[in-house]
Amino acid sequence: MRSIIPVLTVVAAIMALWYAAAVPMNAPWAYDVAKRADIELTFTDLVAATWSQDKPKLPAPHQVGVELWETTVQKNITSKRSLVYHAWITLSATLLGFGMGTVLGIMLAVGIVYNRVMDMSVMPWVIASQTIPILALAPMIIVVLNAVGISGLLPKAVISMYLSFFPVVVGMVKGLRSPEVMQLDQMHTWNASASQTFWKLRLPASMPYLFTSLKVAMAASLVGAIVGELPTGAISGLGARLLAGSYYGQTIQIWSALVMAAALAAVMVALIGLIQRIVLKRMGMAT
Amino acid sequence: MTDLKDGGLKDAGNPAVTGGAVISAKDLDLTFQTNDGPVHALKGVSLDIEKGDFVSFIGPSGCGKTTFLRCMADLEQPTGGSITVNGVSAAEARAARAYGYVFQAAGLYPWRTIGGNISLPLEIMGYSKTEQRARVARVLELVELAGFENKFPWQLSGGMQQRASIARALGFDADILLMDEPFGALDEIVRDHLNEQLLKLWARTEKTIAFVTHSIPEAVYLSTKIVVMSPRPGRITDVIDSPLPKDRPLDIRETPEFLEVAHRVREGLRAGHGDD
Repeated sequence: MRSIIPVLTVVAAIMALWYAAAVPMNAPWAYDVAKRADIELTFTDLVAATWSQDKPKLPAPHQVGVELWETTVQKNITSKRSLVYHAWITLSATLLGFGMGTVLGIMLAVGIVYNRVMDMSVMPWVIASQTIPILALAPMIIVVLNAVGISGLLPKAVISMYLSFFPVVVGMVKGLRSPEVMQLDQMHTWNASASQTFWKLRLPASMPYLFTSLKVAMAASLVGAIVGELPTGAISGLGARLLAGSYYGQTIQIWSALVMAAALAAVMVALIGLIQRIVLKRMGMAT
Repeated sequence: MTDLKDGGLKDAGNPAVTGGAVISAKDLDLTFQTNDGPVHALKGVSLDIEKGDFVSFIGPSGCGKTTFLRCMADLEQPTGGSITVNGVSAAEARAARAYGYVFQAAGLYPWRTIGGNISLPLEIMGYSKTEQRARVARVLELVELAGFENKFPWQLSGGMQQRASIARALGFDADILLMDEPFGALDEIVRDHLNEQLLKLWARTEKTIAFVTHSIPEAVYLSTKIVVMSPRPGRITDVIDSPLPKDRPLDIRETPEFLEVAHRVREGLRAGHGDD
């Protein structure tokens, strides 16, 4: 209970700020409308008008809330107008990309830790890969894959993978190298093979690092999937909702897609946190 | 031990290896190349350790005592001279799992229980599950930790963790125990207790023990032979055969014989320091 009060205080503060900001942001339009109708606006009228426009510059929180309610609970989830449907499209690409990125990241990390040549050569490229703006790269990935006949889920997942393998590589290299020299010497005194050292020492020791990386990777994956939906003019997915919303000035739609994306990321990261707690507890490494 | 027999035959013509020596070093040199030039960690070190001996290595830091122990364990490669363990090279002895090694820190895996930690080397060496269980139970009883099998390391005190790490080194029945300042990080009272236990364990198992320390009372109390070393270059300055009886209660440390040996060790250490 004690921890919920600060959280609620922050939420309340954000809400208050949001409502307050909506008034000056949307006021010009409200004044315009009033001028044409030749009405003098009182302050109360002005506030009411700024919080209930169809296409406000900044929608009020309750407008976003209503939009979210109407597009999730009140729509059939198979409907093209359901936000749940669009969220699932994006989530499926996110999860596929996250899975591929995790596997790629772990494989690269194992290579870097065990192979001196890879250690010297791969890491600079891994870092360089992340300095390329994903917005520039995403259309090329989509176009190239499309040219070889791959479209739909996979190109988006590839972009997710591109963003999500990086934290996994960095975390796992650190994790696989976390055993002390003494623990490696100990393995040596038992004449353990390289694979025994990996499975019994390096891999278990890297688990806390892996989960921390996975949380970052999951958030990056979601960004990747949304970015992957932008250049294709995709008709479904949260990215498509953002794009369509901005074409038609549907700010409420954009904001509800944003809230949905944030909620999705929060749920997925919390899920990984839960798995982390269970796994580390079973390993006796819970903190 | 078949190792011993094979080794004995192979080295029959080698005068460097005396009949009963379990560990035999001859003119051992080890030079580390560093940016500040070569460091002579060991120079001309010769020593025979007989079966059943309890040998302590004592000296200031940098005297090469740990390096010497690591050479026996094939964790360091000497740059000159020769060393045999059980009559074969250190590498072959390691491959044959001839020794258990106890490090300065317990180094237990936090994700394994005490039992799981002790069976780790047994898993690596391919013992069956039932055999593992039997051995874990036996060595836990040997270090007086019976009943702690399913506890995790963080649930145990530092002294208990170090005992578990000794149990781990005992599990696979190596005849040689190499111990690198195993009690260095523990307080005096726990240390006394563990020293007493270690002597009992040694009497029961009749292992050959090489023990690195920088505590004079610890070295004198435990050992049948005390090797005094000094740094720059790392070398042996004195080897003292202890006149103390095998049965040693803790208060033997107040007897004149004990104090005399301790005095000689201190003299040896001081002489080694003279060239600083």
